[in-house]
Amino acid sequence: MQDASVSLMFAGLHRSGESMSENLLELKNVSKRFGGLVALDNVSLVLKPGEIHCLAGENGSGKSTIIKIMSGVYTPTDGEILIDGKPLTGFTPAQSVQQGIQVIYQDFSLFGNLTVAENLALNTLLLEGKKSVSWKRIRDLATKALARLGVTMDLDADVESLPTSGKQIVAIARAMMGDARLIIMDEPTTALTRPEVDALFRIVRDIQAQGIAVLFVSHKMREMLEISERLTVLRNGKKVAEGPISDFNEAAITRAMTGHDLTDQTYEWKPAAAIDQPRLDVKQLNIPGALENIDLTLHAGEIVGLSGLIGSGRTELALALFGMNPKYTGSVMIDGKKVHPKSVQEAIESGLAYVPEDRLTEGLFLTQSIERNMLATSFENFVSGIFIDRKKADAATKAMFGAMQIAAPGPQTPVNHLSGGNQQRVVLARWLLTGARVLILNGPTVGVDVGSKAQIHRKIRELATQNGLAVLMISDDVPELVQNCNRVIVMHRGRFVDEVSADTLNEDALNDRLKALK
Amino acid sequence: MTIFRRSETIIAVILLVAMVLIGLINPAFWSLDNIFGLLRSNVIIGIMALGVLVVMISGGIDVSFTAFAVAAMYLTVKGMLYFGYEGVLLPFVVATLIGLALGAFNAFFIHTFRMIPLIVTLGTGSVVRGLLLGLVGTSIVNIDKMPPQLINFAKVNLVNSTSATGTNFGLTAMILIYLGLALVTHLFLRYTMIGRSIFAYGGAPEAAKRVGFDTRKTLLFVYCFAGALAGFAGLLQGSMIWQANPRDFAGFELDVIAAVVLGGASIFGGRGSVIGTLLGVFMLVMVKNSLIIMKVDTTWQRVVVGVIIVGATALTAWRDRKKLV
Amino acid sequence: MSDSSIAKRILGQDRNILQLIAITILVFALMSWLNPDKFLRYYNFESITYIMPELGILAIAMMIAMLTGGIDLSVVGIANLAGILAGVFFHSVIVGTDQSTGMILLYTGLGILMALGIGLLAGLLNGFLISKLRITPILATLGTGQIFTGLAVVLTGGPAITGFPDGWNFIGNGKIIGVATPFVLFVIVAGAVAVLLTRTTFGVNLMLIGTNPKAAVFAGLRKDRMILYSYMLTGLLAAVAGVILSGRTNAAKSDYGASYLLQAVLIAVLGGTNPAGGKGRVLGVSIALIALMLLSSGFQILRFSNHLIDFIWGGFLLIVIALNAFRNTDR
Repeated sequence: MQDASVSLMFAGLHRSGESMSENLLELKNVSKRFGGLVALDNVSLVLKPGEIHCLAGENGSGKSTIIKIMSGVYTPTDGEILIDGKPLTGFTPAQSVQQGIQVIYQDFSLFGNLTVAENLALNTLLLEGKKSVSWKRIRDLATKALARLGVTMDLDADVESLPTSGKQIVAIARAMMGDARLIIMDEPTTALTRPEVDALFRIVRDIQAQGIAVLFVSHKMREMLEISERLTVLRNGKKVAEGPISDFNEAAITRAMTGHDLTDQTYEWKPAAAIDQPRLDVKQLNIPGALENIDLTLHAGEIVGLSGLIGSGRTELALALFGMNPKYTGSVMIDGKKVHPKSVQEAIESGLAYVPEDRLTEGLFLTQSIERNMLATSFENFVSGIFIDRKKADAATKAMFGAMQIAAPGPQTPVNHLSGGNQQRVVLARWLLTGARVLILNGPTVGVDVGSKAQIHRKIRELATQNGLAVLMISDDVPELVQNCNRVIVMHRGRFVDEVSADTLNEDALNDRLKALK
Repeated sequence: MTIFRRSETIIAVILLVAMVLIGLINPAFWSLDNIFGLLRSNVIIGIMALGVLVVMISGGIDVSFTAFAVAAMYLTVKGMLYFGYEGVLLPFVVATLIGLALGAFNAFFIHTFRMIPLIVTLGTGSVVRGLLLGLVGTSIVNIDKMPPQLINFAKVNLVNSTSATGTNFGLTAMILIYLGLALVTHLFLRYTMIGRSIFAYGGAPEAAKRVGFDTRKTLLFVYCFAGALAGFAGLLQGSMIWQANPRDFAGFELDVIAAVVLGGASIFGGRGSVIGTLLGVFMLVMVKNSLIIMKVDTTWQRVVVGVIIVGATALTAWRDRKKLV
Repeated sequence: MSDSSIAKRILGQDRNILQLIAITILVFALMSWLNPDKFLRYYNFESITYIMPELGILAIAMMIAMLTGGIDLSVVGIANLAGILAGVFFHSVIVGTDQSTGMILLYTGLGILMALGIGLLAGLLNGFLISKLRITPILATLGTGQIFTGLAVVLTGGPAITGFPDGWNFIGNGKIIGVATPFVLFVIVAGAVAVLLTRTTFGVNLMLIGTNPKAAVFAGLRKDRMILYSYMLTGLLAAVAGVILSGRTNAAKSDYGASYLLQAVLIAVLGGTNPAGGKGRVLGVSIALIALMLLSSGFQILRFSNHLIDFIWGGFLLIVIALNAFRNTDR
């Protein structure tokens, strides 16, 4: 493995015909151990000036350890860090910044309570070791920073009032101040809509044109292929692949990241011989200013995708059905029974389940046990008299624990000890216990790595085929929709504008329709 | 301009309306005597409020500063008596330093053990008060023993006048100290890097660390600043009321916090201004003092303060909720 | 096997409980060693069983508020208001009426109902402000604490109210089969709250809400209502403590038990309650209570002033914070 990667590296060098000293940053046989845990094992990585490089890997593969080593937060246990060909010892965060290395974390590390101008200028002022603040200078610095990116923005706006894409621009502009030579972006596209991603890529190419290198850290394959020039893949702390992007395709990246091939079947829904009654039947649902004339019919076993840009009304529809926004007109029927849930509790009683977008902040009780997380919604069903019947509750948990194939020592394990995929299964189990018949999934695999993603997809299909659930899958992930849905609805500005049926459903078709949205 | 939508403006408007209303109920409100008295009552709570403001901007809360104030006051006066010292400047420096040192203790616990400030400061406050009363003493230093130079210092007036009933009154010069400290605090929050680091830390502590702020220094500064101001205010209070009572300021922290909250500072950190705090302090003092003028029994004072806190926080909560929609 | 599993169930995987037991034994040994004659007397422990319950109940009340990530700074205000309201009631009805035991019993009962009623009402106000108006618990209860204490001042005009009926006295100073009545009440309250928190949906819901309020909404828990109930329970318990306090001292005053606020917070935190929410056990709080009562009674016997004992409590809180911080970095 080691030999292979080294030779690949040399091959790369040979091709570009550059000497070693022209590398901007090089990690040479770097390892990082925490006690007995090996986070990074003998990894070498070369970044050249002005290149767009992508670092790919699943959660826990060592990506964030590399970021922290490059930014001087961690000191490697073994190995060398070279900048401009010169080895550095005792690499500190301050040195890293001095060398022009800037990290943009997923949360952007901005100050919501401060203005755009101040957010942009603070770094520079800090770097200069200033004791006092000149507000004119802050404005000047900020104006210059935005000009460099070619964007205009209200300098006096509080950052918390900006949309995600705006915050990202501020973060990028901030990172480029001073003499940035390398900008590391951690999962930069996670919260962006497609047009916003396009805008981001334009900016990234702009940055590159100014001779600044960009290291993308991501697990989104399409985007890697689209933007990067070279790719390094990590798995379990080891470098498993490296090379120019032209050497890779999606399957190759997936194989490198997960260590095995993933089945790429599409979902086929075979309606029962005689479809009597839809699971969910929505007619003329309206919320002024948010949803317009929504008609939606889901049958048992169907997985219907719901796509569209952020702000298209997808989440609003889900929340309306789930009782969190009951001020709608129109009719909703579940298994032929008219319902109009005015609270989450009523929605659950009528057979709805909703898996929210952000698993960690909206879905799970992290420090609590698997059991409590699973039973959270259905504890009332296990009450006899006024007390919870522990035997009944235990039995139900154990059964579900087995059925969902959760990899954990037992139902009492806190869910923060589980992997993303297992956590998502706990959330799904919660809804199965409520006897849900209609399952609404919002971004079911956001932030889940490729391996667990496939397992979650398998589980969702199983729920549809074996448990007869009707599933509405809201997602930005086009391949996910194409693989798992028997049809996909495109939503725009509060309306259903398009539907791609099973026979014409493929990634290009769906992408084309999404691009057509303005 | 955005200035007109800022919370300070709203507070100022409410304050003006309240003043007009109180003046209508009893025109004596507008007498120079009453106004001077009100301003005098602003001094101590106001100086302490400046410290609490800084703590709140950093996202913390402090309930120990009154204990620090009492300790600084009592120890300094006792020390002056013991050494027979007769100056003014040095005692105030000492009292300030005592407060500062105690504040450092808060910062140490909050930063090192990452415990919520409320609980840490409950503990440090109790430790300091307990030590003071248990080891130093519980007896009040009365006017006959109180160092006269302190009393004379606090007696300095800016303007003197005689009321209709023939009593002399004046506007205390201590108000200048208060306003001076307010100005310094404002300049410092707005125009120094450490001042900005407090806002940054209060807004996003993790980000502040990543950007490269020395957050330990920030926290140390914040709690030392609050402690120092409290120590200073403690001795000033002793000088202004002509006695040093080691049991003084019990429960006073609630008034100070209420004033700062009234002034628009956010308990979640990152937001607050000196001007708002000045207005909040004035509002609280005015309402409390005006109960007598409005012929409300003084036993209702605490109820009124409580209602004001609840009312003001409910208003802010309501305003912020609207912002989210 | 069943023995060990029961022990496991009670102790949980909670290292905190073990640490607490160790601290308690240490305090006990230290005090016995420092002053064996006075500390180890039956009388000393008996007097602890009279003084401990009011504080213990306040600490449990505080823990309940902390379970949802809140805090209740108004508990002492509620306790005093409850005692004073009952006192005012007794003054207005007992003076001049016949003093037959039947009537006294009736009045005592009515007094208790009033005290507990005002506790519930006060808790309802706190809960309403926090869950419906969404005021931060610190500020909401800071304000209502002033209101409750202020109302107590208004009702009494300042001085203490005395002259409670005998039945009231029994609550604070009596014995039930040789055990101090307050202690019996404490055991009942602690047991009931423990069962409520671990065996009912209400309790489990509080833990879940405290762990992640947002997820609780998406999981269909009635978050606002549960928080409202939790503050009502806190208020009710504070009122129970107020009844015991006024019964024990046969008086009620607006500024009684001012140091109880800190002590209640201390005991709750020391007992393993996470002030950020989601974690807290009655057992832990009870053991912490015992440790601290032994500590302060030992120091009292050593003729430390009350002020120094305040100092020791504060110091203890800080040490516990430090200890917990170190223990957490271990993991």
